[in-house]
Amino acid sequence: MRFLIRRLGFYLLAAWASLTLNFVLPRMMPGDPAAAMFARFRGQAQPEQIEAMRKAFGLSDAPLIQQYGTYVSHALRGDFGLSISSFPAPVIQVIGTSLQWTLLLGLVSTILGFVIGSLLGVFGAWRRGGLADSVLPPLLLFVGSFPYFWLASLALFFLGFRWKLFPLRHAYADNLMPSWSWDFIGSVGTHLVLPAGTILLVSIGGWMLGMRNTMISVLAEDYITMAEAKGLSQNRIMFAYAARNALLPNVTAVGMALGFVISGALVTETVFAYPGLGYQLLTAVRNLDYPLMQGIFLMITFAVLIANLIVDLLYVRLDPRVRG
Amino acid sequence: MQIDMQDQARPVTAEVTDMGQVLPLAQPRRGVTLPLWLRAVARNRKATLGVIILALFALVALAAPVIAPGDPTDFVDRPHLAPSAAHLLGTTGQGQDVFTQTVWGSRPTLAVGLLVGIATTIVGIVVGLSAGYFGGGVDDLLSLVTNVFLIVPSLPLLVVLAAFLGSGNFAFFILVLTITGWAWPARIMRSQTLSLREKDFVAAARVGGESGPRIILTEILPNMLSIVVASFLGSTVFAIGALTALEFLGLGNPSIISWGTNLYWASNNAGLLTGAWWTFVPAGACIALVAFAFALVNYAIDEITNPRLRAQGEVAAASKRRRKSAPSTRATPVVRHAS
Amino acid sequence: MLASPLLDVQGLQVEYQTPGGVVRAVDGVSFQIRPGEVLGLAGESGSGKSTVAHAITRILHPPAVITGGEVHFRDRDVLAMSDTELANFRWREVSMVFQSAMNALNPVMTIGDQIADTIVAHEAVTRRDARERARELLDVVGIEARRLDAYPHQLSGGMRQRAVIAIALALNPPLMIMDEPTTALDVVVQQEILLQIEELKERFGFSILFITHDLSLLVEFSDRIAIMYAGQIVEMAPAQRVFDDPLHPYTVGLMNSFPALTGEKTRMSGIPGSPPDMRHPPSGCRFHDRCALVQPMHTRVVPLLREAKPGHFVACHLYDAMPGSAPAADVHHLALRGR
Repeated sequence: MRFLIRRLGFYLLAAWASLTLNFVLPRMMPGDPAAAMFARFRGQAQPEQIEAMRKAFGLSDAPLIQQYGTYVSHALRGDFGLSISSFPAPVIQVIGTSLQWTLLLGLVSTILGFVIGSLLGVFGAWRRGGLADSVLPPLLLFVGSFPYFWLASLALFFLGFRWKLFPLRHAYADNLMPSWSWDFIGSVGTHLVLPAGTILLVSIGGWMLGMRNTMISVLAEDYITMAEAKGLSQNRIMFAYAARNALLPNVTAVGMALGFVISGALVTETVFAYPGLGYQLLTAVRNLDYPLMQGIFLMITFAVLIANLIVDLLYVRLDPRVRG
Repeated sequence: MQIDMQDQARPVTAEVTDMGQVLPLAQPRRGVTLPLWLRAVARNRKATLGVIILALFALVALAAPVIAPGDPTDFVDRPHLAPSAAHLLGTTGQGQDVFTQTVWGSRPTLAVGLLVGIATTIVGIVVGLSAGYFGGGVDDLLSLVTNVFLIVPSLPLLVVLAAFLGSGNFAFFILVLTITGWAWPARIMRSQTLSLREKDFVAAARVGGESGPRIILTEILPNMLSIVVASFLGSTVFAIGALTALEFLGLGNPSIISWGTNLYWASNNAGLLTGAWWTFVPAGACIALVAFAFALVNYAIDEITNPRLRAQGEVAAASKRRRKSAPSTRATPVVRHAS
Repeated sequence: MLASPLLDVQGLQVEYQTPGGVVRAVDGVSFQIRPGEVLGLAGESGSGKSTVAHAITRILHPPAVITGGEVHFRDRDVLAMSDTELANFRWREVSMVFQSAMNALNPVMTIGDQIADTIVAHEAVTRRDARERARELLDVVGIEARRLDAYPHQLSGGMRQRAVIAIALALNPPLMIMDEPTTALDVVVQQEILLQIEELKERFGFSILFITHDLSLLVEFSDRIAIMYAGQIVEMAPAQRVFDDPLHPYTVGLMNSFPALTGEKTRMSGIPGSPPDMRHPPSGCRFHDRCALVQPMHTRVVPLLREAKPGHFVACHLYDAMPGSAPAADVHHLALRGR
């Protein structure tokens, strides 16, 4: 319990740090932020847009500490200002439509990657010198070296463009409306294959190697020897004794890896025009939509923190020594 | 079972414990001979392959003016020409030579990558070793800061930093990449320092009256060299990946030629969807190869310095030599000597 | 004469392939254990006693290999068993009590499950029945039933060791191998556990191979004692004989290094030198470089384990004269306490 409270405190601290960074950034731009915006837009921004930006940044003539207070109170209410590129839609609204797709993409690729990679790692460690141990690690290491967006581009080009096996863009067919029909769900599925597959392929090497290494350490422990001495079956030892223990450090690793996976998911989305936060971030960058950029940054950070908290809860369930 | 240390000429390399584990001993380094692990890495096939690949790329980067003379930004022909004798890798969407751009693109990418690798390793050493060695409040504070930086996802952070403060010059990129990249090495260095701190030779130095910083520099750091190298390699890969991702998203400096900007222009000019695969395959392939080479060397270092991995790996290799497949169970084999 | 032996080990050889060379940790060890007998196996750390214990059920891991000898349990050849036969044989016929209960227990499984595991693996019973048996076993070793669902870290050191003993009892095996079962415990708990083991042995009638480096534990507890040095048995005799009349100079040295609790004050002596490097063990008698009574011939010829007195075996050239004849006078002097 104390463990969870400490973790929660840490996440709150990290969230606060991100908020503060967001507050500081516009003020670190050379010159007056609003004027800088104006200059960057080369005079094409409407006065309302400039004003909206000022409000989004909490810029005013009030003393800095008051600006900060206003900013934080707004943020806690979910008010991140108005989007420039979709003016006058609030940032939170623009983000709302894309968050779910990133969650879907991220969850599917992370869970599949972790489960498949871990299984491969378990078998690889159990049979040293077997197929899973000698061929797969170097192969997955190689594929894991590909930049996400490059593998995504290759996949898009060959599997989508050339051989027309999978759709090229978006989260579902353009002629469908979101619903719970099989048609729609099927369409979502086929559109998910390439993006999720890309993330999966690049990241699976890491999951596998991580599990394999912890398994190898665990297999050297005395309780494995005792399990063998007890005459238990190979499967029982491999899973209930070895893998179950090797799992623990890897669950912790999921929390750490989430940041990387999310970063990979972001660029992958841009290649496939997958309407998640990553694609939106790209659009925001292109349009110099600063409030939106900041909103997406915060949203992604909060999502990662919450995901980490969930992973911690899972860890407490798995490790009786922490439950205490 | 302690193997007798009387024999100085043949340093002890292995320890067989009562439970039958064979653990290569970590030797405190003495003198200027190459550390054992480095020699083993040099003999390792994976590491050799990795080093060769890296050397090739370094050569290409340094010899760019010779290999691909001319200005890579020149417009040389019609856009989106397929590879031919005239243009080895075809032309870009704007009519520039892809081969020249790929060759010259190696320079900024590798340079920034290496510099960030060095910078993050240095910061990581300073923070990690201090936290690990001094412990207590210093450790709590440094660990907290490290963990905050670790948990905030790096790409979104880089995006906002680059978008708001971006000036497009090298120094800026090196700075922001170091800011987002120092936490991982720091964490690794800290945990390594923690385990080394408990070792006997450190305690001996402390008793001998050596000061903290001196102990860190002369006792702890030399024994972490393999970790430092592995961390440096990992950081460089991270930096190259992050830099190219930023450039791909359009936050790089569009006027310089680097692998990342090559890919940016390729996607901007819809090279993908017009079938001009040669515009994006070369640069990405280079990044992949370089990253792979770094990973190979790291893998080899890990295999060699992690005693458990190594002992098991040797057994697997030995059993592969003796019979066709590795034994499927772990019962002690009975192999009688022909007497 | 006597009942045929339960366990018959002849000329057992176990080697480890290490990067620094081949280590023959066990070199020609022979002994028998009869039903209901307690054989104590004593020796220094690294003498090979644990290796012998693990070799009997073939749970040594690579790089260990059994390279010679025979192990027969009730006339079944253990070294020739297939994996299925081994899985059947293990725990049902021979169970083990490991040194560190904390390390030997699966940290994420309740002790009830760890007991039930082995029952379910060997007999056709339901999990529920197995759990019931587990509850009874905990009762037998003096652990309250509610601990059935406890995890190892929730138990005290003594309780954990009892739990391990309970697991060893689960299938009521004829032989239990106990590898330093009390070493990791404090002295008071040590006594409790030893008494518990003795009581269980009386009740269930199993034989014990009791391995320890602490000779004093063995004198009251075991029927016979075997002393191991450098991978070989150098002396084997009924327990009291080993204490009253140690023959091998190594055994004499061990006896001299235990101060008596009562009686006159005597000068303590240790055994000069250190255990040999098992990659290159000394030629001839392995103890010759530490023995005060060494002769030139001892460095060339390996002494065999011979019956020097009725029921009293020793591997030492000093007793090469006909069995039963008086030993060299010097050994008697060596045996006098306080020398």
